[in-house]
Amino acid sequence: MVDVSLDRRELLPALFPDPSEYLMVSGLAGASRDAAALTSEADNLFTMGGAMGAAVSIGLGMALCAPDKKVAVITGDGELMMNIGSLATVASAAPINLSIVCIDNGQHGETGGQKGHTAERTNLELMAQGAGIPGALTISHPEELVAAARFLTESPAPRFLWARVLPGPPSDWKRNWNLADCRTRFRDAVLTGSGS
Amino acid sequence: MTESKEPRWARSLFSELVEGGVTLFTHVPDAGNAALVRLAQESNKTSAVLLSAEEEGVGICAGADLVGARSVVCMQSSGVGNCINHLSLVKGGRFPVFLIVTMRGDYGEMNPWQYPMGQAVDAVLEAMGMLIFRVDSEEELEVATRAALSACFSGGQGVALVLSQRFLGAKAF
Repeated sequence: MVDVSLDRRELLPALFPDPSEYLMVSGLAGASRDAAALTSEADNLFTMGGAMGAAVSIGLGMALCAPDKKVAVITGDGELMMNIGSLATVASAAPINLSIVCIDNGQHGETGGQKGHTAERTNLELMAQGAGIPGALTISHPEELVAAARFLTESPAPRFLWARVLPGPPSDWKRNWNLADCRTRFRDAVLTGSGS
Repeated sequence: MTESKEPRWARSLFSELVEGGVTLFTHVPDAGNAALVRLAQESNKTSAVLLSAEEEGVGICAGADLVGARSVVCMQSSGVGNCINHLSLVKGGRFPVFLIVTMRGDYGEMNPWQYPMGQAVDAVLEAMGMLIFRVDSEEELEVATRAALSACFSGGQGVALVLSQRFLGAKAF
């Protein structure tokens, strides 16, 4: 088994001390609950509850079309694996303002904790490197959080952080599930300059 | 534009899309969209992004929209099936997703592999709430493109500009 001691609820606050610096998109399930708790569901976060596999692509669209903003994708291992080819698309498009954080609990938490590929054999850091992402880092312990936060600000971009976490529960945040509302809120904030 | 060697219809389509505010052309390569994508790569007003799979382009359209920009996804008809679940962004979120679908598996097709998805394109798109603007001749292209742009970026609809094999010609592969 993998040696992991990181509680996912400690991860995002350590990585993003000021989340308002970013435009963020979060993949479905636990990743969106953690990201919503981090920002208190602020206007600069678009949370997903479906379209599994689209988080990286949405972040890439933001990053390419808003090159003066810092963009972060927060997603889970199952969501990422569903469109793992999007890492190659990110590498080829090469936006220097995009960071991807994968919160990997090695399982499909929302549907009953069924084991995922990364629980045993699949190495997402190697997959990101193989796709051509210039910056890739793996962490699995709380002592590595300081280095991980530095990685998100200092390493070559686009960058990919693989955060292996304990299979405990995500943050307890009940978010807005109406994606049309979420779109309008995020977009209005960006276009009026009140977002990040 | 005048020095371009690309076909007239591709230049016309590209300039209509640019006029409509499109700056990002995502694509999975197809013989039918190759000229359009080359124009997007060559222009200093637009950029082109190579996708691994078509559904990524739907997400990129949504991300572009969230920051006030306009993107399109260029794909062969076989890619429409790959997009289905990600088109939830259209029906559920009213994201303006603009697909440019170059057909296989319709008029004059010789490859039996192309027929199942090619013949299902309209049903699949309609099931996900997309509006279809079909082009069967060069004369229809400009007005269909303008109508699709208006429906998408002003009307808040998901649209597919479908360029048929009757228009593009059947492929010999």
